[in-house]
Amino acid sequence: MSSTEFTADRKERFKTIVAKYEQPSCALLPVLYLAQEQWGYLSSSVLEYVAGLLGLPVAHVASTASFYVMLKKKPTGKYWLQLCNNVSCTMLGSEELLAVCKEELGLEPNQTTGDGLFTLSCVQCLGSCGTAPVVQINDDYVENLNPSLFRKLLQRLKVGDESVIGEMTKEMHS
Amino acid sequence: MKRLDPSRRILLADMETKGLADCKVFESRGGYQALKKALSMPPKDIIETVKKSGLRGRGGAGFPTGNKWGFVPQNSGKPIFLLCNADESEPGTFKDRLLMEKNPHRLIEGIAISSFAVNSHKAYIYIRGEYAKAASILERAVEQAYSAGYLGKRILGSSFDLELVVHRGAGAYICGEETGLISSLEGKKGQPKLKPPFPAVSGFLGCPTVVNNVETLFTVPWIVEHGGEKYAAYGTEQSKGTKLFSISGWVNKPGVYEEELGASLKDFIEYYAGGMKGGAKLKAVIPGGSSTPPLTAEEVEKATLDMESMAKLGTFLGSGGIIVIPDQLCLVKLVERIAEFYWDESCGQCTPCREGTGWLYKMVASIEHGNGKEVTLEDIKKTGRNMMGVTICPLSDAAAMPILGFVQKFPDEFLEHIRAKRCPYGETH
Ligand SMILES: Cc1cc2nc3c(=O)[nH]c(=O)nc-3n(C[C@H](O)[C@H](O)[C@H](O)COP(=O)(O)O)c2cc1C
Ligand code: FES
Repeated sequence: MSSTEFTADRKERFKTIVAKYEQPSCALLPVLYLAQEQWGYLSSSVLEYVAGLLGLPVAHVASTASFYVMLKKKPTGKYWLQLCNNVSCTMLGSEELLAVCKEELGLEPNQTTGDGLFTLSCVQCLGSCGTAPVVQINDDYVENLNPSLFRKLLQRLKVGDESVIGEMTKEMHS
Repeated sequence: MKRLDPSRRILLADMETKGLADCKVFESRGGYQALKKALSMPPKDIIETVKKSGLRGRGGAGFPTGNKWGFVPQNSGKPIFLLCNADESEPGTFKDRLLMEKNPHRLIEGIAISSFAVNSHKAYIYIRGEYAKAASILERAVEQAYSAGYLGKRILGSSFDLELVVHRGAGAYICGEETGLISSLEGKKGQPKLKPPFPAVSGFLGCPTVVNNVETLFTVPWIVEHGGEKYAAYGTEQSKGTKLFSISGWVNKPGVYEEELGASLKDFIEYYAGGMKGGAKLKAVIPGGSSTPPLTAEEVEKATLDMESMAKLGTFLGSGGIIVIPDQLCLVKLVERIAEFYWDESCGQCTPCREGTGWLYKMVASIEHGNGKEVTLEDIKKTGRNMMGVTICPLSDAAAMPILGFVQKFPDEFLEHIRAKRCPYGETH
């Protein structure tokens, strides 16, 4: 197995991040994000590597990582669909969006498609209730969704047409 | 009808200005003038001004901001930290996001003034991880503010230094609770700590720490610029000023609107949010985020948007997250979502919360899915009452209060489910 190490560019970013904080331990979250960016998720060898870099016990790093839902302990698909099913989104149709996922992708919550393209999670309120229902795809919020829009979005992503995310997120907040 | 004239807006006055997130545009609108003024004042005068304004924390608890600042010991020999709480995870709340995305420099200005007032030279914005877009807007604004001399060493030629770091959370509601936030910023699980000691005395890394909500800090420049009395002229006896309300659910124009405290809730729903979608009948309103007990349609008629009125009606103004529920939707199903949320988000430290939130969820779910009995309702009440005031932080109370509120104010909805052994509104899950 090749050794786990940040790329040269990320080593620089690591230094910049750590320098902002009072203590290396305080930089744990941003450094875990940096690691997640490089490796996609936080395997135990990545957690060990980060612990070594920051001079922290591996158990501490692992326990912190386990607490936060956005820190991935296993790989997700290329598109991580995070569907809000809190109160306002439920009222305005998140269950129908869930049904679309099932129909289009055969996905239930916490599953990944066989081709590794999509992972579906139900998540808590995304702070976007005014434009409910909303699905977060990786870092982007797609708001004011309805079943037919969502279906179109998934169909285009399935054939690799990522521009649809930009189209559907643009102008939402202008 | 008391209604805030647009010319008197404090928080959203400039929101229409294009490109406001850019430092130059912000400056052209009078931005950073309040910081300039503040730096020429003795810090204790700024605290006095904020005390006089009557400003109370906008994160949900409503603690008087000036008083909180006054508690910070100035002779502990330790550095003082200011943490801006941008975790905004209370369901139904999306106001801080708007402020950060549209007007990040005003927040930075508020943070700089507040840090100067409490003698802090290091501040953090703890922003929920999901707000990636707002975080990158803030990061750009922070960089601009450094370049323009509003952050960094010797700000605006004064002897005041301030470092400001944008720190992203990673998906945990409890990190909005101030001591959970501190644990998280220390690189730990976001588990709350017992108070006292209060953060003002011993917080981040054991140092005096002020934690304030985004909207609270965002309000400070206006107060410094116009004076505490001017601010206190808005609002009611105990709820001064204006506030942002995020309104969502079954309304025509959901969104974030600014209103003077003391305004009519009913009028707010009609005037700003355009009333009920499709002319639906109102069933219930959650006034201040999902932790606050609901109001019945009848109570909504008389409720005003201030702490006094909400207290009289057995609820809270909270974070100002108003959720409007129409007559044709099943309340029990929505309560099931609320219950699941708190169960999901309980940090698990305290038994009454860890276990209680799970039981509440299971009991509400059993009623929604046709397996509840009349005794289940009694068990919900008993469990809820046993969760109040017995834990390290109030998440346990925040879970119990709304669920007890729904059960007490809408018993028939629950009983109908129990008697029919199914959801009378039909199940889609
Ligand atoms: C469970 C829980 C969650 C909270 N979430 C938030 C939050 O997301 N944002 C916030 O500003 N305050 C939140 N608070 C309130 C904070 O603990 C704290 O009172 C607040 O940040 C203080 O700032 P303020 O006085 O300016 O309101 C939460 C409190 C509890 C108990
Ligand atoms: S309820 Fe879905 S974003 Fe708030």
